[in-house]
Amino acid sequence: MSNEIILEAVNLSKVFGGLVAVDDVSIKIQKQTMHAIIGPNGAGKTTLFNLLSGVMPPTNGSVIYKGNDITRVSPQKRAHLGIGRSYQITNIFPNLTVLENIRLAAQAMGKDNFKLFQLADNFHQYINKSEEVIDMIGLSGRELFMARDLPHGEKRKLELGIMLACDPELLLFDEPTAGMSSEQVPELIKIINKVVHQKDRTAILVEHRMDMVMSISDVVTVMNQGRILAEGSPHEIATNKQVQSAYLGDLYGELT
Amino acid sequence: MAEKMIKPRSGLKGFIKKEAIFLIFIAIMIAFPFVLNIITGTGLNAGITKFWQGQLITFFIMAVFAMSYDLLIGYGGILSFGHAASFGGGAYAVALLLKHWAPNILSNYRITIGNLDITEATVLLVVFLVVILVSVLIGLLFSATSIRLKGAYFAMLTLALGSAIHILSKATDFHKWTGADEGLHGVPLPVWLNPTQNRLTVYFIALGFLLLCYLVMNRMVNSPTGRVIVANRENEERMRMIGYNPVIYRTIAFLSASIFAGLAGALYAIWNMSATPTMTSTVTTINALIMTILGGMGTLVGPIIGAGIMQIIGQFFYTWFGARWPLVFGVLFVLIVMFLPYGIIGTWRLRKSSIKNNIQKFFRLFSKEK
Ligand SMILES: Nc1ncnc2c1ncn2[C@@H]1O[C@H](COP(=O)(O)OP(=O)(O)O)[C@@H](O)[C@H]1O
Ligand SMILES: [Mg+2]
Repeated sequence: MSNEIILEAVNLSKVFGGLVAVDDVSIKIQKQTMHAIIGPNGAGKTTLFNLLSGVMPPTNGSVIYKGNDITRVSPQKRAHLGIGRSYQITNIFPNLTVLENIRLAAQAMGKDNFKLFQLADNFHQYINKSEEVIDMIGLSGRELFMARDLPHGEKRKLELGIMLACDPELLLFDEPTAGMSSEQVPELIKIINKVVHQKDRTAILVEHRMDMVMSISDVVTVMNQGRILAEGSPHEIATNKQVQSAYLGDLYGELT
Repeated sequence: MAEKMIKPRSGLKGFIKKEAIFLIFIAIMIAFPFVLNIITGTGLNAGITKFWQGQLITFFIMAVFAMSYDLLIGYGGILSFGHAASFGGGAYAVALLLKHWAPNILSNYRITIGNLDITEATVLLVVFLVVILVSVLIGLLFSATSIRLKGAYFAMLTLALGSAIHILSKATDFHKWTGADEGLHGVPLPVWLNPTQNRLTVYFIALGFLLLCYLVMNRMVNSPTGRVIVANRENEERMRMIGYNPVIYRTIAFLSASIFAGLAGALYAIWNMSATPTMTSTVTTINALIMTILGGMGTLVGPIIGAGIMQIIGQFFYTWFGARWPLVFGVLFVLIVMFLPYGIIGTWRLRKSSIKNNIQKFFRLFSKEK
């Protein structure tokens, strides 16, 4: 862990019509930490991710990445700056193979995107990179399956694979275990733990499975109704009276 | 294990195996005029042999136009109702230049290399460069509109732009140049390129054009850039999130589709020795759409088959049903779309593996018993 801040949200707000989905949120993400953001459904976690990854412009506030204001920077530029994002609702290329889904992401980071008269399959570096990622997420043997034909659990893995193939420095995981059965969760947690620590990456992990968050994260931020309710170590959060009274009963409910 | 599965077959052998159907098709098309001549004995430049060469020339050219439409709709996921603007643009560029500019040059200048007179070749080269330029401009015009508009709104705007160009092509203001409603007829051509005098030459030029365009487009859709264009069709938001700018790739799709359409239009104008407002009209776009859907979107081979069906079957239907043939063809189209929802090639490719599996299962039944 270092004390350097990689990403910072400053007074970030997002208003949809009359609904304040993200309400004056300021948050600092330290380099090489696993930073969890928890909170009930509708707390504004995904919207916060949309602001951090550039999918939507904020109504107010700014996003600072490595000391630079990136509030108005497009998502595609942020990807090249080293920010990767996975989605809560699986967001893959449905009519392409698993391999092609991941290969596209690997290719995006290279310098061959504007070669119109060479065969993509002859650029072995991207295929090799994809193989590596496919191995890591445990989809070996599924390379030539159409992404849409995968069972849900494997779609979730592919969702992560697409992000990983870009080799981001900062990974935004939006409920990676969404919709998975509890038997499938440990394997995915293992994968996440591995990819984050393997290259000293930084991760923001949005989850509402309390058990998962507590065991693997360094810092936990609790959100509710668009605002930050508390922040601290997993232990501090678990014993925080305010959090407990407001949410923990509800969140722990998922545990049992 | 996976390695073996995913490494592509490369080299000539792999190419021949992968493109077997297409290569057989080309071989048949090469032999066609000669075989028909032997059967009918009318001579290569006369009677039924000449007539069917003409039918096939139209088919080859329309196939390229349909393939260019497939680049847009099948690979890029871009539904444009103004694609005929590029086709017609190419046609008018050729017809206008050959009629109003080339005769002047040819009668006043001589360009030679040593003893070789290359005036005519130079003029044709310039004409085709202008065709490409016009196509690029039309492509840019359409792609600029796609930056902000999506879905139905975008489709409506392409329809409007296409109509604008169609209206321009029949505007009476330019009657002196374009012939307005009647179009531009009697485009002068060198004798070797004249489809009446030398139909076989035009036949092989059109066939070569189809072959070349297929090979180039086939490579483009499998190139790094082409694959990103497909990704844009599949999921634009995710595409951005992994670092691609959709606008750039949509523009590339538009430009390349427009260039191929423009070249097809240019050749069509030469073949008909004319350019008419029909070539810029929405009907022409819809024809390409029907061909692409018939054969299968996103397959390239599909649009060729679709164009073949429409041209060849259309010709037979015309002789059988007269002017009512589009009605019968419409029924056929609806039936094909109902029973082959992904088009002829698309559906076949989807079912191929399951058909193969069933055949293998069938044969395994026998081998087990022994
Ligand atoms: N694109 C949108 N348009 C309008 N309202 C939205 C949009 N996205 C999210 N919301 C609303 O914002 C609130 C926060 O949603 P979200 O960020 O998805 O919460 P979480 O991810 O924490 O469950 C919800 O009330 C949701 O309905
Ligand atoms: Mg969410």
